[in-house]
Amino acid sequence: MSQLLVSRRSFLQGTAAGLVAAGSFSRQAYAADVTIGIVYVGPRDDFGWNQAHAVAVQALKSLPGVKAVEEENVPETDACAKSMESMVNLDGAKIVLGTSFGYFDPFMVDLAKKYAKVEFRHAAPLWNASKHPKNLGSYFGYLNQAHYVDGIAAGLSTKSNKLGFVAAKPISSVLSNINSFMLGAKKTNPNAVVQVIFTGDWSLPVREAEAVNALIDAGCDVITCHVDGPKVVVETAEKRGVRTCGHNASQAPLAPKGFITGAEYKWETIYKSYAAALAKGEKLPNMTSGGYEADMVRNSPFGAGASPEARNAATAAIAGLKAKQPIYVGPLKDNKGKVVIDKTYDNLDPYLDQMNYLLEGVVGSIT
Amino acid sequence: MEGGRAACSQVLWWKPMVDVAEPLLATTTQPALEWRMDIAVRIRSSAEYIAIPLIALAVSSLLFALFLLALGKSPALFFELVVRGGFGTAFSIQNTLQRSAPLILTALAVAVPARIGLVMIGGEGALVMGGFAAATVAIPLVLTEAPPMITLILMAAAGAAVGAIWVGIAGILRHARGVNETISSLLLTYIGIAIMNFFVEGSLRDLTNPNKPSTMPLGEAYMVGKIPGTEVHWGLAVGILFAIVLYILLSRTTFGFAVRISGGNPRAALAQGLPVGKLVVACCCIAGACAGVAGFFEVAAIQGRANASLVAGYGFTGILVSFLARHNPLAIIPVAILFGGIVASGGLVQRRMDLPDATVLLLQGLTFVVLLVSETLYGRFKIFQVRGTTDRT
Repeated sequence: MSQLLVSRRSFLQGTAAGLVAAGSFSRQAYAADVTIGIVYVGPRDDFGWNQAHAVAVQALKSLPGVKAVEEENVPETDACAKSMESMVNLDGAKIVLGTSFGYFDPFMVDLAKKYAKVEFRHAAPLWNASKHPKNLGSYFGYLNQAHYVDGIAAGLSTKSNKLGFVAAKPISSVLSNINSFMLGAKKTNPNAVVQVIFTGDWSLPVREAEAVNALIDAGCDVITCHVDGPKVVVETAEKRGVRTCGHNASQAPLAPKGFITGAEYKWETIYKSYAAALAKGEKLPNMTSGGYEADMVRNSPFGAGASPEARNAATAAIAGLKAKQPIYVGPLKDNKGKVVIDKTYDNLDPYLDQMNYLLEGVVGSIT
Repeated sequence: MEGGRAACSQVLWWKPMVDVAEPLLATTTQPALEWRMDIAVRIRSSAEYIAIPLIALAVSSLLFALFLLALGKSPALFFELVVRGGFGTAFSIQNTLQRSAPLILTALAVAVPARIGLVMIGGEGALVMGGFAAATVAIPLVLTEAPPMITLILMAAAGAAVGAIWVGIAGILRHARGVNETISSLLLTYIGIAIMNFFVEGSLRDLTNPNKPSTMPLGEAYMVGKIPGTEVHWGLAVGILFAIVLYILLSRTTFGFAVRISGGNPRAALAQGLPVGKLVVACCCIAGACAGVAGFFEVAAIQGRANASLVAGYGFTGILVSFLARHNPLAIIPVAILFGGIVASGGLVQRRMDLPDATVLLLQGLTFVVLLVSETLYGRFKIFQVRGTTDRT
């Protein structure tokens, strides 16, 4: 993301140089062997979900023989189907990536049936071999591993032992991030508790700011979140002088004093693998997923808010995750006292995808 | 919106005078001559209604071209891409028509109240509530495997009824309590979205879909199909039908006449014994029903379920379309298609010119502002004026 900002500014500054280079560049682009289309639900510079994808596409564009066409702010209606179809028909895209949950069913499913020679991939684990076409598929990253690393660093950064989490909706992927963050914090600071506030939707900036203020007023001194664009959360916390952990993309430039680290997707690993497979004429996998062990998530570079101890502990935790050390070491109880995780589960175990509880150590309710 | 409001009431003020003047003229001149004169007058005065919006479009395009030049981008390429992406290929035309389908209905939801002098911007809420009602009504019918045709008719009726109630509330508040309808309809939109989210995430949630709260899917058998030979769903045909019916209703019936009189001067209308309050509420209900039907099509032809994706901004784009069409139901059809084309080509512009999506929004905004300004030009060009008919402005 910081790369994106810099590239934009340098683009403005270097227009003259750009004009000279433009001729040769566009010829290169048209000679591309593989065209990849990508559709975003929001703006590409949202400091969040969409930006994480846009950063990866930017990396993809640097590969020789790859052309990427992008479209932002495409709603989850038939507009997204038409945008993707337009990429296939007018741009000759060989693979189309849909990055918003609601694009999949019915839009991408129908498109895959209609354009059997084009590959469609969607950024959520929804593809089902028995129901869906073979030229459709899913990819996603286990971001909860990076939230666990956030927790490790946050546990060593708090003085009040209260960590605040601003969450959008109580669905399994969000709950898994909250629980992993808490388990990370407990690992380095057994007294830490995570207080969570659900805002109710993916992008409610006003309510997100209110939630941050409420958490800080309740004594939290490290704030993190799982909302679409964490900009407001991180900026509000920075203004109040508390530390923050990020989500989706790097928010480090928004919090020059308090940023510790953040959970980020590393979509370029997946996108580059798609481009490489297409260039070689290989069949793309239908399901691509993983966490640190597959280099599909990462933590933002440490900010000024990260102490040397926090940095060391987080770096060690990352090495552990790469070696597949489990996060969920059972048995674990939910915050109402019921045992919900009976044994130790592997980090990618499908059982954990069905999470519908907050673990002991998290203050908050999902109902 | 204040400017828009002043402009539209200015237009409405004069409209009814035409109807009053015509029968008087007919009795005083020879019928055949009158008829020929009338045609000439009509062509001249309607030329004004076509020429001024076209000039406004040209001016806004020119301003936008300057903006592109300032960014170092080629305006020629931009307009070429708009034509290609919106209208240039068979695929592009289908793309455009599909995007314009909901806009016709949501623009009608603005146009009808505008004729009675209201600036009603709650189409988005009525669309969401209508779509949600349609999806909810469908749940027991789909579960009991009711005949698809009956199910769809009931869904459409539920969508229209709930949409009508939603905008109707703003109408009643306006009439009974004098609450500003622009504000109340906008706020009702947010309430409508919140109500849908509340049920979709709560009691009506389909539990087989853990990550995106939605109502139960309708299933293939219960979906509205495409217009044969195209990929555009029936919502486009229904939208065009509604536009024609509402045009006739507003311009060729006593109801429409009473609406325009009330919009022009409510006090004079009351003095004449017209039921202004009832007319206000009726117009709002018609408007809400149009948006509600748009919501029904979003659910039954596109999404197959109700969820947060219904909130796609069609209701708000409809405001722009209606103002551009000067709240004329017939003019809404081509304007909605023009807009559909601009939005459809927006993607191609983003992809080929490396411009952000906001570029197309900027073009829309410029167009809107220039059109509002152009409202002041009516009646100022001598070429369009016919002697003795200045009241036709």
